[in-house]
Amino acid sequence: MPEKTLPHETTTPEAVSTALKSGAGKPRSLGQDAWRELRGSWLFWASGVLLILFIVMAAFPSLFTDVDPRQADLRGHYLAPPNWSHIFEGDWFGYNGQGQSVYARTVHGARASIIVGVCVTLAVTVVGGFVGMLAGYFGGWVDALLSRLTDIFFGIPLLLGALTLLQAFTHRTAWTVSLGLATFGWMQIARVMRGAVITQKQADFVTAARALGAGTGRILLRHILPNVIGPVIVVATIALGGYISTEATLSYLGIGLQDPVVSWGVDISAAQSQLRDAPHVLLVPASFLSLTVLAFILLGDAVRDALDPKLR
Amino acid sequence: MGRYVIRRLLQMIPVFIGSTFLIFFMVYALGDPVAALFGDKAPDPATAARIRKDLYLDEPLWKQYLHYMGQILTGDFGTAFNGQKVTELMASAFPVTLRLTIVALLFEIVVGIVLGVLSGLRRGRSLDTSVLLITLIVVSIPTFVSGYVLQFLIGVKWGVVTPAVSPYAPFGELILPGVVLALTSLAYVTRLTRTTIAENSRADYIRTAVAKGLPRHRLVTRHLLRNSLIPVVTFIGTDVGALMGGAIVTERIFNIHGVGYQLYQGILRQNSPTVVGFVTILVIVFLLANLLVDLLYAVLDPRIRYA
Repeated sequence: MPEKTLPHETTTPEAVSTALKSGAGKPRSLGQDAWRELRGSWLFWASGVLLILFIVMAAFPSLFTDVDPRQADLRGHYLAPPNWSHIFEGDWFGYNGQGQSVYARTVHGARASIIVGVCVTLAVTVVGGFVGMLAGYFGGWVDALLSRLTDIFFGIPLLLGALTLLQAFTHRTAWTVSLGLATFGWMQIARVMRGAVITQKQADFVTAARALGAGTGRILLRHILPNVIGPVIVVATIALGGYISTEATLSYLGIGLQDPVVSWGVDISAAQSQLRDAPHVLLVPASFLSLTVLAFILLGDAVRDALDPKLR
Repeated sequence: MGRYVIRRLLQMIPVFIGSTFLIFFMVYALGDPVAALFGDKAPDPATAARIRKDLYLDEPLWKQYLHYMGQILTGDFGTAFNGQKVTELMASAFPVTLRLTIVALLFEIVVGIVLGVLSGLRRGRSLDTSVLLITLIVVSIPTFVSGYVLQFLIGVKWGVVTPAVSPYAPFGELILPGVVLALTSLAYVTRLTRTTIAENSRADYIRTAVAKGLPRHRLVTRHLLRNSLIPVVTFIGTDVGALMGGAIVTERIFNIHGVGYQLYQGILRQNSPTVVGFVTILVIVFLLANLLVDLLYAVLDPRIRYA
């Protein structure tokens, strides 16, 4: 690793300025350091390319296919097998039990998964980060109260809690499903954040900021947050894949997204009974789902390796 | 030790009350059990009011909760809406899921730790890379996909095991479902063990142990593994609750009539007493598993003592 601080021997101002100009000892922030590390990691590029592909697919599905995912032709295409030579055409991945193009449905299904995954992660990071920060910084009864609250929600597994909450809604959209997952997903971030804040709040720079008269809000947001956000980003990125997977599981159990919405979970759920006759109807959306989850996990791994100098 | 256990048990009480109240709130306040009782038909107001009165549903929520908790303390979990006692449902469901969880845990612990140790000791070699790659792939495939595919391949196509489980669910038939249930956790245990083993194998005490000429197997099992197990044990402890909750998916795929099946039916039909009763037991199991993990720390690391 290149040196981060100025060499100690160069005490004269001239030497310092030449060192700065030559760039050899130029101080870099953690973010710049992490970016240098990331640029060299093939995992980062592989997962990044995959994710950009899926995000473009979610935003502009018409770029990939002009077939309507809801258009059904039972007589013509019932469970028709894939036609691998027709790349990017409607019958590339065959047809499902409703005579709908599996390719078109899979492309259009990306949107629901990405929206739910991103929304849940954002909500979880904000809520969990806020709770963890308050608990870690203030300690005492605030910490006791918030930590017990975290324990209470931790007592109920994510899938079970989301199921119980969502059964109360008869009409479920991507937003309600996100709400259900976020309600039982914020605790992990809160714990990570609390631990990180506790180790940082005794640091000299926090005391210095306080001595200079900075208020609590300023200390938390400008001084502590930039130093603890690393592990939170890592946990959140890896968890994003998990939320996408759980959303699909909820849809599979019939308590997630509902039929007019095109989603991988709904399609996999519908395909399970035809697995013996037409495995492609299940395997195609399942592969896309798994690839998305994999891409987020890989990205999280790469970011962790970049942010955590201890592992180098 | 005894005082520590008692203190921990006392600390559990607020968490237990909070978790069960949360479930109670979601089932009874957000959902409407009486409306669910009538299905798609609009309930007759007089009948609905009488049912509400019989089931204490006309009281404020906290009173209903206190009433329910009072009943639980006497061992009465109420009656499911189809007339069966919830305790009867539990007596038939919990042994099945317990067996399923044991199979899954055994698989997770044995295979996960062995794979983790092997790849951690060979960090950076081909075995390590392939184990890392396989665990990543396993983690990213959702249980319901891997479950169906394995059931189809092993159960239907090759006929190695029976694809569905009989009502009594003996251990032999639960091997495939147990493996499916354990897969994701297995991958995590492997990765966690690998990381800690790789870290600890560079520690000074290992170099000392090598230098004084300990045989390799003793070095690995007594010195390296014992010191590396704490994070793994923590994960497995918190995973017990997740396994029993995750059984919802596995039990549905393999048609096992255990806790997950009863919970799923209960949630689907808004059978409130079943849902609240089963989740209450699961919360207790989860809390006790966490306590057990904390006590295991002292066994694994003699420096940790509980006063």
